[in-house]
Amino acid sequence: MHAPAPHSGPAQFWLGVRMFLPVAVSIAAYGVVWGVLAGQAGLSVLEVALMSGLVFAGASQFVALDMWTPGNLPVLSIVIAAGIVNLRMLLMSATLRPLVGHLSLPRQLGAMFFVSDEQWAMTMAEVRKGTGSVAFLIGTGVLSWFAWMSSTLCGRVLGAFIDDPTRYGLDFAFTATFLALLLGMWRGRGDLVPWIIGALAAILTSKLIEGNWYIIVGGLVGSFAGALAETIRERRHVA
Amino acid sequence: MSLEALIAILGMAAVTFAIRAGGLLLANRLPTTGFVASWMKHVPGAVLAALVAPAILAGGAAEGIAAAVTALVYLVSRNLFAAMLSGVLAVYLARLALGA
Repeated sequence: MHAPAPHSGPAQFWLGVRMFLPVAVSIAAYGVVWGVLAGQAGLSVLEVALMSGLVFAGASQFVALDMWTPGNLPVLSIVIAAGIVNLRMLLMSATLRPLVGHLSLPRQLGAMFFVSDEQWAMTMAEVRKGTGSVAFLIGTGVLSWFAWMSSTLCGRVLGAFIDDPTRYGLDFAFTATFLALLLGMWRGRGDLVPWIIGALAAILTSKLIEGNWYIIVGGLVGSFAGALAETIRERRHVA
Repeated sequence: MSLEALIAILGMAAVTFAIRAGGLLLANRLPTTGFVASWMKHVPGAVLAALVAPAILAGGAAEGIAAAVTALVYLVSRNLFAAMLSGVLAVYLARLALGA
């Protein structure tokens, strides 16, 4: 009897699952919060399951909740906002090409479904050590999917026990959650420009244009300004 | 479930998967450094800032105080759930105190 070789598929899959477990716990904490907010925004249990299961991208799902007005859904801006928020995944799945390149195209695309921030970061760290594999990528992805799916459903079901949200100040839960999510994204002074310009552009747009477009405008203008500032800094550094 | 909700969810799913698949298919043509890469990287933060700022501005003193409490608790605890709960509690108490 031999234990499976460390580079075999099943061994790599379970290594991914084990290593990802602590991250999955923190994903689940976000998931419960999202589920509670989803209930407040008026999403049914089925809608929560569909969105978490098929979209499977936390940041864009939080943004969608803010735009969710049942009966009169701004479908187009919800979809565009999801595209803009998730655009960064373009670069993430591009860097996975060497890892999955030997598979058939349907399998490559199947593996890409799981690409998400934490899961990608951990797989790339393994790749840099020279030990990453497709099975590892799938292992972390599957666990991440189950953690997100079960925790968002949990939050949605638990949240149903809260009757009148505004009475307990729960209407503020959205702003509080977004503020905390934003602070969690802080990586250094380079974030100052996109955040401030994004905020100012959003405030201005919300006064000028009806609807939720201020989120998209603020996000695009702010990130453009951030990239501009970063490029100028780098030029100066070189010169 | 309404048809518009179904379309919104399927639309989000299609766009998101197209991006995940597109990155792989366009891998050789995408810039990994430079202006465009930096732009994409900054989008999520800027979107969240764009969400939060008008909401805080539109609120009154109670919401302003609660936002400060939320930020403080998050920076100390690094816990999203704790930050959200303290923000909600703070806005509840502040509204009571200010009679809003």
